[in-house]
Amino acid sequence: MELVLTKYFHLDDYRFIDTYVKHGGYSALEKALRMDTDQIIEEVKKASLRGRGGAGFPAGVKWGFMPKVTDKPKFVVVNADESEPGTFKDRLIMERGPHLLIEGIAITSYAVGAHVCYIYIRGEFVRPAQLLETAIQEAYEKGYLGKDILGSGFDLDVYVHRGAGAYICGEETGMIESIEGEKGQPRLKPPFPAQIGVFGAPTLVNNVETIADIPYIIEHGGDAFRALGTEKDGGTRLYGVSGFVNKPGVYELPAGTNLKSIIYEHSGGILDGKKLKAVIPGGSSVPVMKADEIDVPADMESIAEAGSMLGTAGIIVIPEGVCMVRLLSIIMTFYAHESCGKCTPCREGTEWMRIILENIERGEGKEGDLELILDVCDNMEGTTICALSEAAVMPAESFIGKFREEFDYHIREKKCLDGELKI
Amino acid sequence: MPKVTLNGKELEVEPGTTIIEAGDRLGIHIPRFCYHPHLSIDGNCRMCLVKIEGVQKLLPACATYVDHDMVVRTDTDAVKKAVKGVLEFLLVHHPIDCPICDQSGECYLQDYYVQFGLYKSRFPLKNKIHKVKVKDVGGDIVLDAERCVLCTRCMRFLREVTGTDELNIFGRGSHSEIDIYKDQPLRNRYTCNLADICPVGALTSKDFRFQCRVWYLKEGKSICTGCATGCNVFVHYHGGKVWRMKPRFNEHVNGPWMCDIGRFSYTAANDDRIEKPRSLEGEKSVVIDWDAAFYTANLKIGEVKRDFGAGAIAVIASPRSSNEELYLTKKLAFEVIGTPNLAFTPAVVADDYSDEILVSKDKTPNSRGAVELRIGPQDGGLDLAGILDAARQGKVKLLIVMGCCLGDLDDDGAGRVVSAVEYSINIAPNESAVSQATSLVLPSASFVERGGTFTNEAGRVQRFYRMFLPRFRAREDIRILADLGRRLGADWDYKNEEAVFDDMARSEPFFAGLDYRVIGENGSEAGGR
Repeated sequence: MELVLTKYFHLDDYRFIDTYVKHGGYSALEKALRMDTDQIIEEVKKASLRGRGGAGFPAGVKWGFMPKVTDKPKFVVVNADESEPGTFKDRLIMERGPHLLIEGIAITSYAVGAHVCYIYIRGEFVRPAQLLETAIQEAYEKGYLGKDILGSGFDLDVYVHRGAGAYICGEETGMIESIEGEKGQPRLKPPFPAQIGVFGAPTLVNNVETIADIPYIIEHGGDAFRALGTEKDGGTRLYGVSGFVNKPGVYELPAGTNLKSIIYEHSGGILDGKKLKAVIPGGSSVPVMKADEIDVPADMESIAEAGSMLGTAGIIVIPEGVCMVRLLSIIMTFYAHESCGKCTPCREGTEWMRIILENIERGEGKEGDLELILDVCDNMEGTTICALSEAAVMPAESFIGKFREEFDYHIREKKCLDGELKI
Repeated sequence: MPKVTLNGKELEVEPGTTIIEAGDRLGIHIPRFCYHPHLSIDGNCRMCLVKIEGVQKLLPACATYVDHDMVVRTDTDAVKKAVKGVLEFLLVHHPIDCPICDQSGECYLQDYYVQFGLYKSRFPLKNKIHKVKVKDVGGDIVLDAERCVLCTRCMRFLREVTGTDELNIFGRGSHSEIDIYKDQPLRNRYTCNLADICPVGALTSKDFRFQCRVWYLKEGKSICTGCATGCNVFVHYHGGKVWRMKPRFNEHVNGPWMCDIGRFSYTAANDDRIEKPRSLEGEKSVVIDWDAAFYTANLKIGEVKRDFGAGAIAVIASPRSSNEELYLTKKLAFEVIGTPNLAFTPAVVADDYSDEILVSKDKTPNSRGAVELRIGPQDGGLDLAGILDAARQGKVKLLIVMGCCLGDLDDDGAGRVVSAVEYSINIAPNESAVSQATSLVLPSASFVERGGTFTNEAGRVQRFYRMFLPRFRAREDIRILADLGRRLGADWDYKNEEAVFDDMARSEPFFAGLDYRVIGENGSEAGGR
């Protein structure tokens, strides 16, 4: 099977430029610099590359939104704020193959006409940030960044900007605010970043994995990349599997690999031979799936048809014995903590749900609590600027919808129906 | 032109008009907290969500521009539920302390609860988050963060209007809390506007706190007398007292704001008033009635004219007087008394502060009017310095002072000048060093007890209105001047300030073409423009 990203990740010094170049690194950049920028964007469109940050917006289309003619500078921002619970794929790229990202950045910036790129990396990623800095330094020294890259006349500067620990700075406009030195809070859209982004200038924001896929697309063509995955979700995916499996980790597999086989074959099945109860297929924000719903291809369309979302492809595996009330309570604590506080429904709704769930879990739940949560969800849905509100609503609605008996039991009996496993 | 159909009502608007603005024009109030027409759009409160035909998600009316043939509804079930939901969210941690909250009666939360809420609380009392209360954040403002809805109007005001940026939101999520930075209180002269724009009781005015329930207050239109900018204001009064002033929008003058200094100038209407006419008999001050006062004034003026000639009389006008009062003062001096000695006390700078926003260096409301009416000596007459010098030397035998000031003299100096004059008359609303030393004191009306016009420093003639009758035994200046003139033999038939204005517009070039009845809400630029 063809690997786009992780082919050489087993080599410890692949993160250094010499080894990277030895294995064909930066040849895509050389190729790209000889290409017409429209041609590059066309290849990315052909590749059916979907944004890897969670929303899955077609990358080529997003690039196309960047204005061709503007009197302002243009920026590329790489979203390396990877903070969706259950997601740890970008970290792997930055630790094992930072030059993939840098090469992708150079090509992307060239394609959209940006001369400055910010890599916004989550504050807790101390080592990845150091590795990136080293790699960027190397790239400058070898002439892959800086002035007149490879004699093409194209200039590009790349800066690593470390975040300060806010989930919301993974939302692209929150990230832009943060880069500008403001408190990380999403902006009203429109205008979208492609019109008014960093410092008021047109800005392209892409996820680390999205950008790291670019060198392959340029090298082998958009069609070759798309052929690796499905028609509408091209290429391979980094599936991050966590929870109660025998071999948790990041697996690069074709988009559309069967979700069940990712868990049972690639990840070695459920820990201690337990029975599967549920799977969260794309980071904690997406609707949970029951064990009998997971025999589906793990690409954006198929997972959506199955009633959930592929999101960041961070697969969280939940066996029998894990109390769903406790799990949802943990998830809601996260969203209540991470709501930026700008929009009223999210600011107050997440905390309200956290309180109710905590009460139920403690054995202080009362009749009507679930209806209340669902009504709060209804009032939060579609009423806010960014998607954090829905990110809290989707697990709440799906957990209660699919595991209602556990919640009812908890309220009635004041203990877990199925909770011998500690989480 | 984009056209919107809002709840079935059609309106054409210029491009760049938001739905909430269109609603306001149509008289359809879309509920809001964070939206303020004179601040940037933030879209955080989510109270103004509306349904746009063809758009699945509800969108904020404050941040959505009217597009061609947009059909918008504010009354669908989905909108109603969303609005009610947002309101409930805003109230979950609110202390619901309306009975002791100053905002009560003019609080968006109260109004909207009655209009859109009316649900029972579903949030456990014990889980309410507690935040800072009764915190003096500087200026005139007290903060209660528990009542705050985090709309950021205050933050945007301090960023966009004063540029001082003192308030910010600290913390995140439901622990977000508005506050000043540590030990850095508000440091601008516009803090009261924060209490105005705060839609709830989070930022209240120290000056107004616990003074009067707002539903007792009546509202009148006026002009701030704090400086020459002439900010348009609402005066809130009750029981013959002024309780506060609020800015009244005038795009040509003050926009929607006013400064703190001007804001507190209302106290002149309440405090240190001269209550009754009085006469200084030796060392003793004796209360007299108005008839006796006019009789005495007439007698004294007549005596001085007979014994020393009209040139021994001097009149000092006040730039706190209205255009009409100044005009009549001038006529009284030149035409009735016949003295050439007329001057006015120019801008008295009690507080050196001025800025580029609203506060003028000139701390009086009508210096421009006095200049344009050429309040000054006639040929051979004495100017202000001349009058004061002559008074000190005992050459002025009778001095008439309008208002409370004498040039830039301090209390001591003013008192000495007045005392040096054989006989003096002071027409003023408030006690001062001048009134204390004056032989005959005539109490005049405060700025809310009389009407008229001021000319601001930009030359805009603006009306202020009488809200209630003069307190105590005070009388309107126009009436005092006209009565005095008639006693002295003038053939005056001025019934009110309007009649004076008409006369003035006929004879004073600066006011030519102005009509008292059409000056209107926003005033008129003088000089026929």
